[in-house]
Amino acid sequence: MEWALLFQLLINGLIVGALYGVVAMSFVLIYKASQVVNFAQGEFLLVGAWACWWLITHMQLPFWLAFPMCLAFMTIFGIVLQVTVLRPLIGEPVISVIMATVGLSIFFQALMKWMFGVFAQPFPPIFAADRVSLLGLEVQSVYLLSLGLSVFIMLGFWWFFTFSKHGLAMRATAFDQQVAQSLGVSVPKVFAMSWAISAVVSAVAGVVVGVVSGVSSGLSFYGIKVFPAVILGGLDSIVGAMLGGIIVGVLENLAQYLDAQWLNWGNMINIAPFYALVLILLIKPYGLFGTRNIERV
Amino acid sequence: MPGSTILEADRVSLRFGGVRALTDVSFAIQAGEVFSIIGPNGAGKTSMVNCVSGRYRPTEGRILFEGRDITRLPTSRRAALGLGRTFQNLALFGHMTVLDNIMVGRHHLMKSGFIRGMVHWLGGARQEELAHRREVEEIIDFLEIQHVRKAPAGTLSYGLRKRVELARAVALRPKLILLDEPMAGMNLEEKEDMARFILDLNQEWGMTVLMIEHDMGVVMDISHRVMVLDFGRRIAEGLPEEVMADSHVRRAYLGEVEETPEPETAG
Repeated sequence: MEWALLFQLLINGLIVGALYGVVAMSFVLIYKASQVVNFAQGEFLLVGAWACWWLITHMQLPFWLAFPMCLAFMTIFGIVLQVTVLRPLIGEPVISVIMATVGLSIFFQALMKWMFGVFAQPFPPIFAADRVSLLGLEVQSVYLLSLGLSVFIMLGFWWFFTFSKHGLAMRATAFDQQVAQSLGVSVPKVFAMSWAISAVVSAVAGVVVGVVSGVSSGLSFYGIKVFPAVILGGLDSIVGAMLGGIIVGVLENLAQYLDAQWLNWGNMINIAPFYALVLILLIKPYGLFGTRNIERV
Repeated sequence: MPGSTILEADRVSLRFGGVRALTDVSFAIQAGEVFSIIGPNGAGKTSMVNCVSGRYRPTEGRILFEGRDITRLPTSRRAALGLGRTFQNLALFGHMTVLDNIMVGRHHLMKSGFIRGMVHWLGGARQEELAHRREVEEIIDFLEIQHVRKAPAGTLSYGLRKRVELARAVALRPKLILLDEPMAGMNLEEKEDMARFILDLNQEWGMTVLMIEHDMGVVMDISHRVMVLDFGRRIAEGLPEEVMADSHVRRAYLGEVEETPEPETAG
């Protein structure tokens, strides 16, 4: 047993898992507010990362300017997507809505490849790539930044839903749209807002991953990773999504360790979370934190 | 300002396919009154209230609120204009605390947007929230639900939940409050409490009340005027005692009658 390696993998898992958690929360946000299962969540990361990359490399903007501009763009992107694609589908069968999001996913995958090519592009160095010593381990500072950002976003979500007017309106809408409307909440606005926030938060995650390991279509794989995270946590629980993300991150790193040390089956890093998913759903069919009656929705 | 018309329904009809839920229903509610709609099951009472609140769009006819045509206005805009409502089947946000449920009712009154909310602790928004909390506390005191303000709404007893739902509607500060069977399923004591709350809302808080209720005793006691629907048509309207004496009404409720019915057992 190499304890140092194991510990390193746990830290990695935590950092990557926190990012999964952030993406999973933005997925749950859309599901909670508008009952749409968004298969294009990974493409939000992709579009956001490419947008930021393009602003920096082609428009020669400094990061501190390009990043907010990218987020502003993603706000509009989320709203436009909701208004033009999802809003006309309100009241249609769930399967139609899902197919539409699958279509969006394919469309943006292809569009990004067409616009930016199929090769991974590195971000220009933004932060000095120093390593920080943490409990005797070498950790890249950019990873620490990523973890800090994830925690910040999670706290932001918590604050938003607990204290803000719009967060309260969103919770009310998630519970009962008719009643929320009768209390003066504009449901179309809440839907658009949830897509905008989801797109922005996912883009933040996309940029972080892009800065660490370059921008490529592999980013949209986060959209797939979100499913075990979200279903583990329970489809309608924001906290569950966060914890689910961290569990998936840690789990896949541990699985990789096991695989490399003893099993040599290969590719466990991608498959392990889904095994865990199946096991947990056998015991808790609504996820760890889900509401029992979500199939009624 | 008693005497001025706050809500007017002008020949409202509502059809679902071939089913006529409402046919040419007209009525006008004066500001400051308690106006009740009664009628047998399936008479179209809730449909009428839903047309007023915006859940249904009338197939024909118009709805005017304070002289303004609101027939095409979305529900949330109507709420912002001053139309509050409660629901026949309890519709609280079960996981939220009583306080949060009521705060949702303040939604349209809260000005702080997202950005100002972000700088919550810097002043403005905090002041505003405190003002809202104060008013919410006032409503909580009035409806005597202080002891459960932090409890999740879903854990409360039926009677209390009805009261919380009323509190949430009152939090909008509506000019006209629509109450869909506020006393359904309550025992005598709870009904008396609810009747007292409705009267106080009307007299002390100055809210006009449009109420659907099956309990004839309550309707006759607290309503200024009563309208009777049957099969989606208005068959009578007037003072409670006039309506009770109306032969159409008796027929609708009891079939052909020969003797004078007991009002309390009707409905």
